Amino acid sequence: MAEELRIVLRNYGKIDPLNIDDYIAQGGYDALGKARGMDQKALIEEVKKSGLRGRGGAGFNCGQKWQFAYMAPADQKYVVCNADEGEPGTYKDRLIMQNDPQSLLEGMAICGYAIGSNKGYIYCRGEYPYVVDVLNQAIAQAKDKGVLGDFDIEVRMGAGAYVCGEETALIESIEGSRGEPRFKPPFPPSQGLWQKPTIVNNVETFANIPVIVDKGAEWYAAIGAPAYPGTKVFTLTGDVNNKTFFEVPTNTTIREIVYKLGGGIPGDRKFKAVQIGGTSGAFIPEADLDTPVAFDAMAAIGATLGSGAVFVLDDSRDIVDVVTRIAGFFEHESCGKCAPCREGTMRTAELMEKIDAGEGSADDIALLEKLGRVMSYSCLCGLGQAAPSPVLSTIKNFKADYDAKLM
Amino acid sequence: MDYKGIIAKYKDVSGGIIEAFHAVQKELSYLPEEVIVEAAKIFNIPVAEAYGVATFYSYFSVEPRGKNIIRICESAPCHIAGAADVVAALERELGIMMGETTADGKFTLEYTECVGQCQATPVITVNGKPYAGVSPAQVSAILAEYK
Repeated sequence: MAEELRIVLRNYGKIDPLNIDDYIAQGGYDALGKARGMDQKALIEEVKKSGLRGRGGAGFNCGQKWQFAYMAPADQKYVVCNADEGEPGTYKDRLIMQNDPQSLLEGMAICGYAIGSNKGYIYCRGEYPYVVDVLNQAIAQAKDKGVLGDFDIEVRMGAGAYVCGEETALIESIEGSRGEPRFKPPFPPSQGLWQKPTIVNNVETFANIPVIVDKGAEWYAAIGAPAYPGTKVFTLTGDVNNKTFFEVPTNTTIREIVYKLGGGIPGDRKFKAVQIGGTSGAFIPEADLDTPVAFDAMAAIGATLGSGAVFVLDDSRDIVDVVTRIAGFFEHESCGKCAPCREGTMRTAELMEKIDAGEGSADDIALLEKLGRVMSYSCLCGLGQAAPSPVLSTIKNFKADYDAKLM
Repeated sequence: MDYKGIIAKYKDVSGGIIEAFHAVQKELSYLPEEVIVEAAKIFNIPVAEAYGVATFYSYFSVEPRGKNIIRICESAPCHIAGAADVVAALERELGIMMGETTADGKFTLEYTECVGQCQATPVITVNGKPYAGVSPAQVSAILAEYK
């Protein structure tokens, strides 16, 4: 345990990312060939049996999602890669795309064959123009080699909108509109891009696919936690010695990530809290550190695995100040389409600023809790539903820090 | 600048207005009104809708900006790593406040949220190029690359 196991980062540092021959020499595109020799249903069944669940944060069974799109009758279907990696403290998708872009293309092409689609899009965030260049070069090389067959992939660049990580907002953005989430249902596998059946998967999810096809569902399902098998890439930030990335099996605990891989807290400071899954994640106290990072284990302690960001705070940090900054983030990133999020993120930020400035009262904390609860079940998309999580989790786990700032 | 020519290149790209805006902004640093009007015509949507797209995304600007756009990440990992000190150094060095453009039109200072270079914090970008683990002392050397 607490050992790295590189599946999605299997070629990291081993190949020249801009030389497709390097990827092919490592067995690249064998999986696509194997997949195309299989019956579509059998291929989807294999992905389903592997237990792979989406690595973008929602944790939906990948093969199951593919099956929905496969079964939807349509003249055109789409494969979309969500590369709008926007969770603060996360850069795992960038690592995959910069160091092994062909594995993403291969994963998408396998999905295309499985669901019956000949067109893929990679929606890459506007903060990564240099990644867009890498992807375009990789696609050009794959086309030259003819490895993708009739499957075409196009890159679209976002322009700085966190909400576009939500799959229907992302679809709106590819269509050239404001990136506002759609009402669901219909879900993208039945009606997505240009109202056609569409699979939207995260970069990390697609990068797993060639390995699963190559080594088989049973091999994959045996790695990590049985209900959320495989590995997860974590990026460590904040007050931790090793501010870097690790790919580990999903039964690794939070403590192992922070202390063994992360090397613990710098200097003679003590651990205070860790926020996992990005800026919408819960702040986790010392008492819960032995929780495995797998999706369901995290949900059981009221936290999320999310994108795999690991943001560590030592005991010198003002957690109310940090959460106030996070509340400002959500106020800025709310798209404004639904009232609970538009108004809720604004009022949350206002109340947090008031408390942080030493002007708050116990009533303000009670109001934050109520507002947070309402937002978590009434906001249209995951952004607004998850936005209260850092506030609610710190009120629950670090109440003394709030009380110390009250008037 | 032939903005019409640039936009026309994306005419047949489905949903290509965002790509067209990126291409124009690369040349002009912002999206002037005539660009938005032209894009609405080319993509056959109301001007209000094209303006709505241009103002939805934080990386597009409908106000003139400097030649070089400096963005400072204010997300939580950069926040606790001292982003505010880097902001102060940039403001001092350029003699402008966040959100402003230098009188010579060379630099604009903007806040951004996470740019995904969190292996070393705080992070700034200049025209999209990231500089990770920036200290206030490094600011003038970074700016010198663009003067």
